[in-house]
Amino acid sequence: MTPSCPEKFAINVKGLSKSFDGKKAVDGIELRVREGEVFGFIGPNGSGKTTTIRMLCGLLVPDAGEGTCLGYDVINESAEIRKQIGYMTQKFSLYDELTIEENLLFVGRMYQMKDLKEKVGETLAGLALTERRRQLAGTLSGGWKQRLALASCIMHEPKLLLLDEPTAGVDPKARRAFWDEIHALAANGITVLVSTHYMDEAERCHRLGYILKGKLLAHGTGADMIERSDLKTWRVTGRGLTGLAKKLTGLKGIETVAAFGARLHVSGADEPALLKSLAPFRKEKSLHFEKVAPSLEDIFIHFMSGQESAVEERAP
Amino acid sequence: MIKVPFAWMRLRGLIEKEFIQLKRDRMTFAMLIGIPFMQLMLFGYAINADPKQLPTAIVRGDDSQFVRTFLKSLENTGYFKFTVETRDYDEAAALMKSGAVQYIVTIPEDFTRLLVRGERPQILLEVDATDPIASSGAMSAALQVVNRALDHDLKGVMAANGARAPPVELVMHRKFNPENLTHYNTVPGLIGVILTMTLVMITSLSLARERERGTLENLYAMPLKPSEVMLGKIIPFVAGAAIQVTIVLAAARILFEIPMFGSFLLLSAALVLFIVVNLAIGFTFSTIATTQLQAMQMSMFFFLPSILLSGFVFPFLGMPQWAQVFGSMLPMTYFLRIIRGIMLKGAEFPEIWPHIWPLLVILAAATFVAMKRYKATLD
Repeated sequence: MTPSCPEKFAINVKGLSKSFDGKKAVDGIELRVREGEVFGFIGPNGSGKTTTIRMLCGLLVPDAGEGTCLGYDVINESAEIRKQIGYMTQKFSLYDELTIEENLLFVGRMYQMKDLKEKVGETLAGLALTERRRQLAGTLSGGWKQRLALASCIMHEPKLLLLDEPTAGVDPKARRAFWDEIHALAANGITVLVSTHYMDEAERCHRLGYILKGKLLAHGTGADMIERSDLKTWRVTGRGLTGLAKKLTGLKGIETVAAFGARLHVSGADEPALLKSLAPFRKEKSLHFEKVAPSLEDIFIHFMSGQESAVEERAP
Repeated sequence: MIKVPFAWMRLRGLIEKEFIQLKRDRMTFAMLIGIPFMQLMLFGYAINADPKQLPTAIVRGDDSQFVRTFLKSLENTGYFKFTVETRDYDEAAALMKSGAVQYIVTIPEDFTRLLVRGERPQILLEVDATDPIASSGAMSAALQVVNRALDHDLKGVMAANGARAPPVELVMHRKFNPENLTHYNTVPGLIGVILTMTLVMITSLSLARERERGTLENLYAMPLKPSEVMLGKIIPFVAGAAIQVTIVLAAARILFEIPMFGSFLLLSAALVLFIVVNLAIGFTFSTIATTQLQAMQMSMFFFLPSILLSGFVFPFLGMPQWAQVFGSMLPMTYFLRIIRGIMLKGAEFPEIWPHIWPLLVILAAATFVAMKRYKATLD
């Protein structure tokens, strides 16, 4: 399957499906990630993000579907794929009882890297961990573990990085540093597929894919997604917002009511119905209503609303 | 007011939770039911401290009515099962060295002639005494036979010959362990027990631990071959096992004064093979178990029969057929014969080969299953 467009795709799969015990975790997903872009993979827990990533790197065998990853067939050539990708698992998966340096040496040997000692030295210096290289990896804080994990999966210079919720539980400063690093890697031509729950991270991706119940519901740039959405959003500021949110929830035309600090975003696709429901509240002087462009978060919550709660993501 | 040290509701909650977990943890449940069942079968039926029907070689230098009567009576005690009959003593001796027969009965060439003359011919009963408890019953039964067996045949004139003393003299030799010391049996066997227990358990945990810690996913995502993972998990412990073996062998020599009649090199080679077999079995368990607890339970299920059905605690040949079939699938069974053969009997390679190749078969089978189970995917 050669793409008709001139772009080259690092990931180009369609119809990928995977079931666990009869439950569809991923349901015919179609995904195209261009070479050199940072692609954000968004979706609620249990929507199939991890399963998709695992299928892309050969950790799970798809029940159906086809496609390529770095030009290699995802079904038959996963051994080749493994050599050229870096995969960062959701859970820290380096060895707690090995030191930072020993972990890096171990990973390097798995990829049969040349000049391993120097490479590990450079990596340690890059992480500013040279001083602490003899510290056990298990004693590192969350942010440092995540940086070490990233370093260990880019050491062999992969062409594609698959990052599964790399910044979960990491403080904002470390997250920002992490994303600067991701963009630096992308600038060097590495393709990055990153799954995340954070909206600010979604906004830092070149393109996004929104996955729900194992299906890709929308994809494109963040701006594209906002533009294409039929969602109408009103921003409410003023007093008594908590009480207002309760009153608004469930009214006709109002699909989501989301609080952002001292603001309330009220959204719905059916504008006349939305306005009709809002009308009585707009008379209140303590409240200020303003129509705004929906944020990505509004759109994602809109995607999710009306869907039954997703099942827990399976972690074998 | 009496202060109740605990609350019924909390207790109930804890008990309920425990039952629910037990119900969902099939392996623990199987162990709760399986272990007593296994123990019952093994202790109740399989093992026998006074084994009967043990294989016996007859070296028949003479044949007559009297010889046949004597042998028939010996067989009728139930302790002896004549499996080999030969005129060549060396052939019988080799069989005993390899562990194929427990007893050798030698009828001398001039047996009948001496008997008729009333000169009390000798019959030689040789016993493989590497496992002392295996043959004590048989030896006393044989003595009884000597006293009575020929009463019927030695009638008339010759009855007078039988009246004073037993007409036949039974000479008994405890081969390989003349002083009948039980630690000649237990100490070499203990090497097998220690290796089986520690090695199977350690390797069975190996992949399960990585799976529980989450490091397995990372390992799988890297370009590794299954054979590399298996060897990488096994080889470090060969070194560890070598240390264990050195300690036990040194203790056997220095503290227990167990003799070493065979080749040390041959024993070392056999030990390495046995160690690798155990590690491979442990690794195979590891590819099946999903948690460390399951891996431990599988090791227990393996260890118990390895002790009871291998001939370590109770004589192998004294067990019923079905138990012997089970025992024949355990590496420990062959290892015991090998180590007793080499250390106590001075067995050479040809004599232990019958117990080497089954170990190779078990190794191949375990490796096959492990490679089949290890897919490097999380499916």
